[in-house]
Amino acid sequence: MAEESWTWSTTQVIPSESGAGKRILDEILQQLGSQDWGTRDIFGVHLAMEEALVNAIKHGNRCDASKSIQVVCRISPRRMFVEIRDEGQGFNPECVPDCTNPENLEIPSGRGVLLMRSFMSKVEYSGKGNCVVMIKERGEEDAA
Amino acid sequence: MATHRHFEVSEVGDVTVVRLTDRKVVDEANIQELGKELFGLVEEEQRKNLLLNFAGVGFLSSSALGKLITLDKKVKAHGGKLKLSNIRPEIYEVFAITKLNKLFEIKDDEAEALAAFQS
Repeated sequence: MAEESWTWSTTQVIPSESGAGKRILDEILQQLGSQDWGTRDIFGVHLAMEEALVNAIKHGNRCDASKSIQVVCRISPRRMFVEIRDEGQGFNPECVPDCTNPENLEIPSGRGVLLMRSFMSKVEYSGKGNCVVMIKERGEEDAA
Repeated sequence: MATHRHFEVSEVGDVTVVRLTDRKVVDEANIQELGKELFGLVEEEQRKNLLLNFAGVGFLSSSALGKLITLDKKVKAHGGKLKLSNIRPEIYEVFAITKLNKLFEIKDDEAEALAAFQS
């Protein structure tokens, strides 16, 4: 990623509270808009980040107010990088049941990771599974 | 009739039409409240057939999908039917990716959905 010319970046630490990620998320979406990213890409980033932040707050830090979440984001006109790290025990994403399997369709949870993978270009978990890195390549239809 | 913060309710024959009014269905606290209000339609107000109109919704997260799945189970348990309508293409894509377009009956608009209740 060293060759990428990032035009905007931020590192923020947020508390483990519902809705705590709204401010940084709004900032990121505004940046994408100001760099002329298309609405479909912005929708995808929005959804993936909402899911990742909820996972970090609810499942990672288990809403423990003494724990926080670090969000690193870099944006260029053609690529976006985001890393979300919680202080939880981590998890193995391969162990999440396939929610698209007909026998799992009626289970009300477990769709966040699938949506993140679907809307972002790359999603990887590192360390013990408490850090997710997502990359979004700007869609061709939206490229300038 | 109970007051609802997250939708407007009207009656068309034996179908309760629920027009969701939150543009973003994403905040965890709001989703919990929305779920409680929707479940109340079935469990407290004893409404059987529900049509959820998503015309006002521009964004929703997987937590909201979870509430819809639970609502569907409650509606079926009460002998009713749940249908969805007016879902924007980008939101429909979320249903399609998660294969929930196979679990829910989704119609283009209210008229089509209301007609489907009669068939």
